[in-house]
Amino acid sequence: MTLAEIREEIIDILHDIAPDEDLSELKDDVDFREQLELDSMDFLDIVMELRKRHRVQIPEEDYGELASMHRTVTYLEPLLKDVARVS
Amino acid sequence: MYDTIIIGAGMSGLAAGIRLAHFDRRVCILERHTTIGGLNSFYRLNGRDYDVGLHAVTNYMPKGTRRGPLAKLLRQLRFRWEDFSLAPQIGSTIAFPGVQLQLGNGLELLESEIDKHFPSQKDNFQQLLTQIADYDELEQQPFEASARQVVSSTISDPLLVEMLLCPLMWYGNARESDMDFGQFCIMFRSIFMEGFSRPFAGVRLILKNLVRRFRELGGELKLSRGVDRIVHDKKHVNGVVLDNGEQLPGKHILSSAGWFETLRMCGDVVSSSTRGPGKLSFTESIAILDKQPRQLGHDRTIVFFNDSDKFRWEQPKTMCDLRTGVICSPNNYWYEDVSGKQQQLSEGVIRITALANFDAWQNLPEEQYRLEKLRWHERTVTSAVRFMPDFRRHIIDTDMFTPKTIHRFTWHDNGAVYGAPNKHLDGTTPWKNLYVCGTDQGYVGIIGSILSGISIANRYCLQTT
Ligand SMILES: Cc1cc2nc3c(=O)[nH]c(=O)nc-3n(C[C@H](O)[C@H](O)[C@H](O)COP(=O)(O)OP(=O)(O)OC[C@H]3O[C@@H](n4cnc5c(N)ncnc54)[C@H](O)[C@@H]3O)c2cc1C
Repeated sequence: MTLAEIREEIIDILHDIAPDEDLSELKDDVDFREQLELDSMDFLDIVMELRKRHRVQIPEEDYGELASMHRTVTYLEPLLKDVARVS
Repeated sequence: MYDTIIIGAGMSGLAAGIRLAHFDRRVCILERHTTIGGLNSFYRLNGRDYDVGLHAVTNYMPKGTRRGPLAKLLRQLRFRWEDFSLAPQIGSTIAFPGVQLQLGNGLELLESEIDKHFPSQKDNFQQLLTQIADYDELEQQPFEASARQVVSSTISDPLLVEMLLCPLMWYGNARESDMDFGQFCIMFRSIFMEGFSRPFAGVRLILKNLVRRFRELGGELKLSRGVDRIVHDKKHVNGVVLDNGEQLPGKHILSSAGWFETLRMCGDVVSSSTRGPGKLSFTESIAILDKQPRQLGHDRTIVFFNDSDKFRWEQPKTMCDLRTGVICSPNNYWYEDVSGKQQQLSEGVIRITALANFDAWQNLPEEQYRLEKLRWHERTVTSAVRFMPDFRRHIIDTDMFTPKTIHRFTWHDNGAVYGAPNKHLDGTTPWKNLYVCGTDQGYVGIIGSILSGISIANRYCLQTT
């Protein structure tokens, strides 16, 4: 997946978790916690969705890397570069 | 082999099932009853739809709110706000002799009511709010501290203490006389700070959405399949034996049947006899009216009443205790259809809850049980009209359910609505892969039990692989 595809994928996951949110205005460099008020239960869900969809395992000590869109995409790029986007 | 077997298709079991099925676990919910919902099911009688439990869905927050239990459970279960279609209450009342406090959704109205009726307590109430905000469920603050003590040390007018405790105990206290301070804080937020709401179609809308989602995700639901025994060795459980003798193996078992009830399925009589089951059960007297309650001058959503200065939260010695009660009118919500036009239930409904004694009801011969139901329905209504306009001329149909009915719907010992007084907040049991969720884990009510199912499933059945 390219960086743009990874971003799309994360948007997809966020949309799944919070279907009532308008994500078109999401700012990539602002923390999810601040913009969407995601809590630790939600971050865990992002991790589990990534595992479910792409079999990527994210160790607990790396959860902090998922703080914002920009950091998430950067962190996931090496893990997902050989994975094709399905939908 | 199932990854998880869930005992009970009430709110908590269904919610846990959705979480597990969503993450591709093989999961099966076993329900002894012929239908889903447990304590909060629905039924049809004389051509009318009734809810078993629902007065109000607590923890109301308007669409777009990201914080709080309601928002959290919608995200965890991947529902849209519209899937629950919650209409906010018109307004509720705490009615004691000579003084009434009005409640709305959000704290504002209650705060101004306290300023008006208890001016000397204005600052104390603010201090209580700080104490509640500081109370953190996850910190080691003692959950079981006495709410009466904590609140009385801040609020110096004993009448206000009773008036604040009354609705919170009614909607979520399994303990007689006093309340755990932890539970007090949870209920305070969900009732006074957030508030009441109801879907136009009643609890069936929520249940149908839960069960549809569970099935779409590949979960199995087996109705009329009670669990008779849980098979185990010293440290682990391995599966269940059903009432019909069928055996099902499972890697985890999650039970919403109650703490004592679950341990008994494991044949554990010793630990299941310590610190006994709950004793508080209810009757619910329902009246169908030929007019809308508002046409009779009653616009309250819920009235919590008590006929003296002291609120007693105890198992009655007789069939029912009519000194206190809850009057709910499901008509008194701001219902809107999809186009935003106001709509209204076709008939007027008044539901009145009273404290009741399980043994007294359970031991009656059939014929007398029917007679006592009629008699106590009338007495309950007579007690309630002290606190609302007299609607008795307008009754066109009635129904009543008793602790015996509650027992039949849930198999809870003593028909205890909120389960056992001592909760098991971490959900664990003496067996490593057996967990409890729902009522006896500690979160009660519709929103509470759904969150309980979610959090116990997350913690033990999802994160362990
Ligand atoms: C009269 C009344 C009014 C209420 N009003 C409200 C309200 O207005 N708002 C609100 O939020 N809450 C209300 N409640 C409380 C709310 O209904 C409960 O807190 C909630 O439904 C509990 O859900 P649960 O999943 O924990 O347990 P339950 O609903 O008790 O579910 C347990 C399930 O397990 C099944 N079961 C038990 N034993 C076995 C077995 N051995 N094998 C298979 N299945 C088994 C039972 O049949 C049941 O379906 C009310 C309750 C009552 C009684």
